Amino acid sequence: MERKLNVTLCGVPMDNPIIPASGTFGYGYEFAELYDINILGTFSFKGTTKEPRFGNPTPRIAECTEGMINAVGLQNPGVEQVIAHELPLMRKVFHKKVMANVSGFSVEEYVYTVKKLDACPEIGWFEVNVSCPNVHGGGMSFGTSPEAAAEVCRAVKAVTDKPVIMKLSPNVTDIVAIAKACEEAGADGIALINTLLGMRIDLARRRPVIANKMGGFSGRAIFPVAVRMVYQVAHAVSIPVVGMGGVATAEDVIEMMMAGATAVEVGAENLVNPYACRDIIEDLPRAMEKYGIESLSDIIRVV
Amino acid sequence: MKQSFFEIVENTPLTKTVYRMRLVGDTSDITASGQFVNIKLDGFFLRRPISVCDVEGDTLTLVYKVVGKGTEAMSKMTEGTLDVLTGLGNGYDLSKSGDTPVLVGGGVGVPPLYLLCRRLLAVGKRPSVILGFNTREEIFYEEEFRALGVEVSVATVDGSYGTRGFVTDCLSLPAHKNATYFYTCGPEPMLKALCKATTISGQLSFEERMGCGFGACMGCSCQTLTGNKRICKEGPVLEKEELLWNAN
Repeated sequence: MERKLNVTLCGVPMDNPIIPASGTFGYGYEFAELYDINILGTFSFKGTTKEPRFGNPTPRIAECTEGMINAVGLQNPGVEQVIAHELPLMRKVFHKKVMANVSGFSVEEYVYTVKKLDACPEIGWFEVNVSCPNVHGGGMSFGTSPEAAAEVCRAVKAVTDKPVIMKLSPNVTDIVAIAKACEEAGADGIALINTLLGMRIDLARRRPVIANKMGGFSGRAIFPVAVRMVYQVAHAVSIPVVGMGGVATAEDVIEMMMAGATAVEVGAENLVNPYACRDIIEDLPRAMEKYGIESLSDIIRVV
Repeated sequence: MKQSFFEIVENTPLTKTVYRMRLVGDTSDITASGQFVNIKLDGFFLRRPISVCDVEGDTLTLVYKVVGKGTEAMSKMTEGTLDVLTGLGNGYDLSKSGDTPVLVGGGVGVPPLYLLCRRLLAVGKRPSVILGFNTREEIFYEEEFRALGVEVSVATVDGSYGTRGFVTDCLSLPAHKNATYFYTCGPEPMLKALCKATTISGQLSFEERMGCGFGACMGCSCQTLTGNKRICKEGPVLEKEELLWNAN
């Protein structure tokens, strides 16, 4: 039997629900050396801000059990350079609609960046990051209050007709309240979870491994937390949810979708297995057969 | 970059903490000395980046130091298959060497200079080698370099072997004083001291904690006079002239 992998995310059709997560896939072309990335549903490109950013000092990476901590801090060349240099390179290797991940340090910066990118026809969705744990005075501070997240959402919605997906932080007391506030502010979708704030200590040196002390914990270890939060949010809002956090296998994708995800992002796993998304897509028909699934869109939020 | 599966054929200690592992597999993507490979180890999430010491046919030689749990686990492997990403990083550029470059290695920074030395000899250059260690017991690969027929000087910090002091104390020795260029790898204080101690130009290989090792995560970025560089992608080898510490 032909298994149907296709889904529709905020009105935009996708061949399958698999999306490499922002910050783990660059602008696609490193991975295009390894396999044809057009097999992906789409991918979310590196978080883009108004101004160029170097990010945090190194070390920015720490090993954890079944995961890692990163404190990159939104390194990116700034929206002008992304449009002038990165997107033309991306277009050579990826011919589908891409997801534009944007971040900012003020509502005006989010609006500026989205406005600039809105003119790029290859962008199918905006993923608005109000959840980066690695930058001070921005990013996550918008994602920790329902009012602030809604304000960013409303402002961005006012300058684009493309679907706006708000990417939320798990480092909050009540993620459902924030998701609902975004839905009321006009969000077309919710993406979750960004990384969990974590920390490692170098015992010999008696200091944090990461120069910025703390960073975002991701990888397989966080999967159950992500499934729980996707389930909670998907059952509280009526807009599509993009689930992510520790996804590494076809079974993980099915679990995320049963919890309520319409599409599924794969993050840290890309960094240790650069073929992770290809492997998952190739393995999905087998896993679907095993669990009696004809079409992936049938299992969204069945739990 | 290429993902290949390598068979472990040798894993022997050279010193108390430094091991040599020989692997057999597809080495076709390793194009330059100074590149590294990134190894998946059972029970560890992130891969371990290790510089290429030598490659000949389908045999890859890695010389690595046990610095943490991952490399400790690696040191105990005697057989089996390893999932390895090969062909990572830019590697050393041989074209700028002049006729008599000096290769300067400190501690676990020594290994990538071995393939570099072989490649320089293969294109008719006459490299010399300076190796620096803390003490006599930590010395490795001196004989291997000598077997290539090059002049080798060794410095030990405690003076237990060779020249007492640092690699920079060997620069004025007859074997190295006419060096046309330098290639180096070692701890950052050594790299800085070397840049200060000589007026000749050169290339330096850097180390940084990495996420992916192939340019996707921006975990190992550094700032240079020629823009931001990912140590894993535009590095690990940088030119002396682009380093920020030379700007002052």
